[in-house]
Amino acid sequence: MKSKFVVVRRDHTSIGLRIGYILLFVLLAMVFCSIFMISLGFNPLTVYFKMFKSAFGSYNGWTKSILQGVPLMICGLGVSIAFKMNLNNIGAEGQYAVGAIAAAGFALFGPKLPAVLEILVMIVLAIAAGCLWALLAAIPKAFWGVNETIVTLMLNYVALLLMDYLCYGPWKDAGGLNLPYTANIDESARMPMFFNGSISSAFILAVVMAVIMYLFFKYTTTGYQVSVIKNSLNAARYAGINVKKNILIVMGISGALAGLTGAAQVSSVTYRLQPSLPAGAGYTAIIIAYLSKFNPLIVILVSIFFGGLEKGAYGVQSMGVPSQVATMIRGAILIFVIASDFFTEYRIRRIKADVKD
Amino acid sequence: MTMLTAILSSTIVVAVCLLYATVGEIFSQRAGVMNLGLEGIMLVGAVFGYIVDCKTQNLMLSILAAAAVGLGVGVAYAFLTVTLMADQTVCGLALLTFGTGLAGFFGKAYTNIPANHQFQALAIPGLSKIPIIGPVLFNQNILVYIMYLIIPAAMYYIYHTRYGLLLRSLGENPGALDATGYNVFAMRYGYVMFGCMMTTISGAYLSLAYTNLWNENMVNGMGWIACALVIFGSWNPLKSVFGALLFGGVSVLANYFQLLLPTVPSQFMKMLPYLLTVIVLILTTGSFRKKYVDVPAALTVPYDRENR
Repeated sequence: MKSKFVVVRRDHTSIGLRIGYILLFVLLAMVFCSIFMISLGFNPLTVYFKMFKSAFGSYNGWTKSILQGVPLMICGLGVSIAFKMNLNNIGAEGQYAVGAIAAAGFALFGPKLPAVLEILVMIVLAIAAGCLWALLAAIPKAFWGVNETIVTLMLNYVALLLMDYLCYGPWKDAGGLNLPYTANIDESARMPMFFNGSISSAFILAVVMAVIMYLFFKYTTTGYQVSVIKNSLNAARYAGINVKKNILIVMGISGALAGLTGAAQVSSVTYRLQPSLPAGAGYTAIIIAYLSKFNPLIVILVSIFFGGLEKGAYGVQSMGVPSQVATMIRGAILIFVIASDFFTEYRIRRIKADVKD
Repeated sequence: MTMLTAILSSTIVVAVCLLYATVGEIFSQRAGVMNLGLEGIMLVGAVFGYIVDCKTQNLMLSILAAAAVGLGVGVAYAFLTVTLMADQTVCGLALLTFGTGLAGFFGKAYTNIPANHQFQALAIPGLSKIPIIGPVLFNQNILVYIMYLIIPAAMYYIYHTRYGLLLRSLGENPGALDATGYNVFAMRYGYVMFGCMMTTISGAYLSLAYTNLWNENMVNGMGWIACALVIFGSWNPLKSVFGALLFGGVSVLANYFQLLLPTVPSQFMKMLPYLLTVIVLILTTGSFRKKYVDVPAALTVPYDRENR
């Protein structure tokens, strides 16, 4: 009896099945990457074990991984808002950079204010800068339908070059060692740390924002409109939703969050402006947004995982493993999870073929 | 005069690099599959072409190796977007990340070591003696000459052959092709693989004929500019040549301005190609233009036989 395979759409997918498939495919992605590790002469089991131990094997590892994950969380929240509305904001890296520039600029050259106020002004400026940077792409998109993917990306290069210019040029610290850094910001511009410096206030800020966002999409009209626009632009127009206005708002918020990341990082981690400060967080944020299916609470968890991946990659550098291993694993995980979506949405059935094609 | 020749000649070198990726992407998008991962795929081509060159000292073998890697990447991308019908934007970004990581992982040991073997300019006897045009157009490396052939061939293929007609239908109405008995999936696989192959060749060209070394930031947005060129050129290889020359020219001029105007910080000069991309993209694709832009109707739409 001949039989053949057909693909059938599932009526519904249980949460358990979805999570099971994602975990299975993350594992497959790691197996896939181990091929490349072996080809460079590394034992993948040792590499993974050491990465895991370095990231999550100790209290210190956990706090470092979370710290590494904080910019990913805030950026990830921003990116997921945009992607939730089918706006491909891949410019978080640049929006992050201009946010950092604005925050560091005020902290270094602005009037001296009392601690809390100083940090608040830095945050507001960073939000405004990130928001404006995103609007540079949102306005052509909303009014003339110009592809926002390419525009947001091009603006990343512009923002990073601007940052380079400031660090190598006018903002370079004259008292320093001729390195492209600005001076350190004052104590009053630094966000407080808790638990002996292991948890930053930026982490708390990120978690609070994730909760607010979760509630926003669940319970407000604008939150609902965003989901309608994602599903069908025409349905949204017929329902009288102002699509242009929503594009501007959503991209603005998305950029604002990326900008805020800049303030958080300057004020709680680097304490200064330095070239390529975002270090790819804006791109990793896209992967995080997608993997968490744009759910703000899951963004936090996935960010900690990716923070740990980053921390783990530093941990295995001593073995001679290039730190780019983190980027490779990240990309592979995304590829495999995309593939897993197919299996959660469809099932492959084997049927007996009694009719000839 | 020599400076003018040098500027124009470098413009061609950069433009051809962009064109390899752009022409490949035009075919892929004409077939209905958008690939935003060009930046990462170029980097993969650049690193593997470079490594093979370091190991074997054989340039043709390096290009072939890069092309073979490209075909492999293409199979993977087509599997995701054509067979599994996944979202092309996210897939492209996934490939970008993976490609960047993979290239960095394998290229770490080769970072910033100058290639001991690279593509040399070959003057075409007679033609290269023509004033200005000669040294600019006919004193280039072999990959540039191959591009001179690819552009007319691509134009002829797309607009004047039966296969070109099928390709255009593939991006406009794959359902009709399927109904006529053509295998939409196989055709899309083929064009996606071709697109990725051209992109890795573009990367190998970059490391072996232009920068002559490898480092992980070397592509620096060129893959994205190639994506933009596809749109500027409205999916037409010949029109994209003008875009590529414009961008090649601006990025070369940015380097020369640094010599002529040392007071202007180099970072601002380096911003020019990116800002130009934004401005040209708005001017050529903004909906305030009345002119019809020829976007393939089925671009980014996976073909699902059930929902024909």
